[in-house]
Amino acid sequence: MTSTPARALEDIADWAYAPAPQATDVVRISPENGLFINGEFAPAADGRQFATVNPATEAPLAQVAEAGQADVDRAVAAATAAYELVWRPMPGAERAKYLYRIARIIQERAREFAVLESLDNGKPIRESRDVDVPLAAAHFFYYAGWADKLEYAGLGPAPRPLGVAGQVIPWNFPLLMAAWKLAPALAAGNTCVLKPAETTPLTALLLAEVCQQAGLPPGVVNVLTGDGAAGAALVAHPGVSKVAFTGSTEVGKAIARTVAGTGKKLTLELGGKAANIVFDDAPVDQAVEGIVGGIFFNQGHVCCAGSRLLVQESVAEPVLDRLRRRVETLRLGDPLDKNTDIGAINSRVQLDKIRELSQAGEQEGAERWSPPCQLPERGFWFPPTIFTGVSQSHRIAREEIFGPVLSVLTFRTPEEAVAKANNTPYGLSAGIWTDKGSRILWLSRRLRAGVVWANTFNKFDPASPFGGYRESGYGREGGRHGLAAYLDA
Amino acid sequence: MPDERLAVRKTYKLFIGGAFPRSESGRSYPVHGPIAGKRGRSLLAFAAQGSRKDARDAVKAARGAFGGWSGATAYNRGQVLYRVAEVLEGRAAQFAAEVAAAEGVSQASAKAQVSAAIDRWVWYAGWPDKVAQVAGASNQVAGPYLNVSTPEPTGVVAILAPAAPSLLGLVSVLAPVIATGNTAVLAASQAHPLPAITLAEVLATSDVPGGVVNILTGDQAELAPVLAGHMDVDAIDLTGADADSAAELTRLAADNLKRVFRGGGDDWLANPGTRRLLDFVEIKTVWHPAGS
Amino acid sequence: MGIDSVTQPAAAQWTGAVADVATSDVALKQLLHGLPGVDEVGVRDRVAGLATRSIKNDAKMTALDLAIRMVDLTTLEGADTPGKVRAMSAKARRPDPQDPAVPPVAAVCVYPDLVEVAKREVRGSPVVVASVATAFPSGRASLAVKLADTRDAVAAWADEVDMVIDRGAFLSGRYGQVFSEIRAVREACGPAHLKVILETGELATLDNVARASWLAMLAGADFIKTSTGKVSPASTPPVAQVMLSAVRDYELAAGRQVGVKVAGGIRTAKDAIRYLVLVNETAGPRWLTPDRFRIGASSLLNDLLMQRSKLLTGQYAGPDYFTID
Repeated sequence: MTSTPARALEDIADWAYAPAPQATDVVRISPENGLFINGEFAPAADGRQFATVNPATEAPLAQVAEAGQADVDRAVAAATAAYELVWRPMPGAERAKYLYRIARIIQERAREFAVLESLDNGKPIRESRDVDVPLAAAHFFYYAGWADKLEYAGLGPAPRPLGVAGQVIPWNFPLLMAAWKLAPALAAGNTCVLKPAETTPLTALLLAEVCQQAGLPPGVVNVLTGDGAAGAALVAHPGVSKVAFTGSTEVGKAIARTVAGTGKKLTLELGGKAANIVFDDAPVDQAVEGIVGGIFFNQGHVCCAGSRLLVQESVAEPVLDRLRRRVETLRLGDPLDKNTDIGAINSRVQLDKIRELSQAGEQEGAERWSPPCQLPERGFWFPPTIFTGVSQSHRIAREEIFGPVLSVLTFRTPEEAVAKANNTPYGLSAGIWTDKGSRILWLSRRLRAGVVWANTFNKFDPASPFGGYRESGYGREGGRHGLAAYLDA
Repeated sequence: MPDERLAVRKTYKLFIGGAFPRSESGRSYPVHGPIAGKRGRSLLAFAAQGSRKDARDAVKAARGAFGGWSGATAYNRGQVLYRVAEVLEGRAAQFAAEVAAAEGVSQASAKAQVSAAIDRWVWYAGWPDKVAQVAGASNQVAGPYLNVSTPEPTGVVAILAPAAPSLLGLVSVLAPVIATGNTAVLAASQAHPLPAITLAEVLATSDVPGGVVNILTGDQAELAPVLAGHMDVDAIDLTGADADSAAELTRLAADNLKRVFRGGGDDWLANPGTRRLLDFVEIKTVWHPAGS
Repeated sequence: MGIDSVTQPAAAQWTGAVADVATSDVALKQLLHGLPGVDEVGVRDRVAGLATRSIKNDAKMTALDLAIRMVDLTTLEGADTPGKVRAMSAKARRPDPQDPAVPPVAAVCVYPDLVEVAKREVRGSPVVVASVATAFPSGRASLAVKLADTRDAVAAWADEVDMVIDRGAFLSGRYGQVFSEIRAVREACGPAHLKVILETGELATLDNVARASWLAMLAGADFIKTSTGKVSPASTPPVAQVMLSAVRDYELAAGRQVGVKVAGGIRTAKDAIRYLVLVNETAGPRWLTPDRFRIGASSLLNDLLMQRSKLLTGQYAGPDYFTID
């Protein structure tokens, strides 16, 4: 082996990426925003409003109307009228065309949506631009195509819509969750009343504007901004025939109790504590990417996040070494900087939860590690964190943290991996990393999870059904199966 | 001095590989409207009269485009097809005029046909990412195997377009073929070729890769046996052929066991169903063991 | 930020282990086939993610200057003449006659019979002379011929030798032969540094790229290089990604830093900067030097100069403002 050539060490470039901020002037945020009912924006009946803030800076972005019971009543009435008089009688091919228009306009206004989502939610612009917004448009495109093909969906020769859908969505993928709810419901012939999360109302309101621009008949889509009480009122409203909820398991159970005995159809997409299983023959660099993406994508605010790394004991050390080296290259900071990998935590409430559980992790004896990280002074921030030496009994192995915190456990055999992965009341997703195809299939048959990713993670597509087993909820969103929730077969 | 401004007449050429060449034979033929007037039927335009060599070139172009088109994601094909519908909509008036002139029907009737054709195209734009969900399957075999069947495009499909309705019939035979990833060589009807070439102009400006659709105008009866006997064509749609020719063409097609689709008798306004979509796909079934 | 710890046996023990492995095809195969698999879709995903990095302002200027300094300005044509090499060498020393602040490139790269001319023309400048050898580009000749080719280049005082591996031997599993050929060329190089061209376009799979990378490094390569530029596809970001991971892992295992050269098909400054991002975030910042990363190119240089000019003046430049050679 030869020694290194004669060039001096100063020759190594000092290369820091300069700030690359996405311009925000593409989007205009109104200082005051009304509810969207019957095709028009209007203040809440009692005039109440609340502020939505930018979690990266804590600066208020806008005032947003707070829906009360009267507003819920008005919205459901508008949706009911639109359903009976306009939307249900309309041929599927015409409904399809409205959905295609909405998809197209989302594409045309993609930059606005991405910027607004990052401002309101705190996620990096790269993710909202490259993942959230394109997928949202794709959901509308996909379901537009089903609107006039319902007889081919495997649900009978003439499936019928249900009526008014009351839909409550979370703050982690605000626009995308709105698309996941509205697109199939509308394609199937239902009308909708959507309640976005309290901390992230803005892209839902922009989507309402898009519905106006698409010429969507008034009342077909209604958006009620507000808090948990507004959501509860919507779910309980007798005029709602179908309830769809994405959020925490706790609230999901409460909703299940509320609708019990009412005849309303219900689908739930709740929490998870997914196992990401890495075998000794995994394509290791790609597995490390999958682990990183699995827990740090969207700051870990993902129901299907790979929050438990189950690594085969024989390769635990090398995998963890690689993982730590890789996590050190993650860039945390201003969500509007195009080079940011990790953005802000969505709210103080969520930040407190993450902190509390991380502290529990330390107290219960797990070893905590984070890369050196400069956290901005204002805003809600949490560094990517890895706990090793975790056992199944630790809180951080059982409870959903919903933040950038990975719990690492080990296993010895495939059977043990399955047992540990399944040892949870949740059942939303799982990951498998191995070079052996038959092992992937053997494991995927035994893992009690609605979504199994093999040699990949956090992949979503409107054509791919998504949903959980057991306390991760019931029903599927996406794909042909996603229509079932919104039709009476 | 005439009051009316003299129109600049359009030349209608073939559509092969994304370009508009004349026939290599140099032939063209006059296309007349159906209504007889004082000086006989009106001359609408000259159309290229495609030859067997043009057909050969078209098949070559279609084969060349197959890898890319079938390899594109279904989502992408759906997006491209929807774009075609957008451009069609923008040209609706032009198509209505051509259909009315070609078929001798009223403006209103032509407009209705054009609207139906655009809506038919939109219907097919929504299919690419759903065909596998409807026609594919995960099969429960009696053993520890994953067994999955997926529909795949068969390859290059030759299509004999029906004479009428001149646009709706054309769209109805073409869209289902390319939606699933096949590429097409379409022989337009001899009597009504012009909407086909105008449709080609739409395709050329709608992100459809060159060679995915190729359109030959001329004597369909002359071109049909060339396509039916071509050994690099995987399937043929005989909709535009009459019963006698159809039998002979089917015999020719047997030389390489082309998949033969015998259309005809279609109610063009009714829901097309999935027959045309699924007749041009092959079902591929893959086994993989499941063992730790 | 970077991890410098050697987690495997020290270099001396490593050399011993390599000597054992080098003696047999079987042992070499076990080592190479025992490397972790490479998931192609995963690599493409990672590369696509890194392609979204937005390099602006001073970061872009640093990148452009670095890229210029990393260029191996290349002419490898049958029609090459001393005149052509003279002109190219002048450009290598002074890429932009209007702006003396533009740094010279790393090297000029020529066929062995033109090394003498090149050496003369770059004398007095930091530009070094790289010569291809070993029956470039095909590598299809006897070992004796390939070594003679190498010795010619070294005798003409080439500073660096870019050899090609025997792809036929590699693809038919004769790893021992590939290994010993590299070893022999390495010896024939004497003081000159050895770049080993894998011709990744012919290796076809990323698993093969990873294996060939390790094979070359074990046999003593100073640099591993993607392509001859005569075969398509030449360098691609996924291939570079795999090679950069390999050099990073090799250093951790054996304590020695090997460089990477990408060549063929890199025409724009945008492409070059994308590769620099890959280097920075895969192998690590210590590879951001012409001693550890090179770009074999010809037309790239002018695009780098044009982008540099745009950054300085704020206006888009035109090709007529830069010399063709």
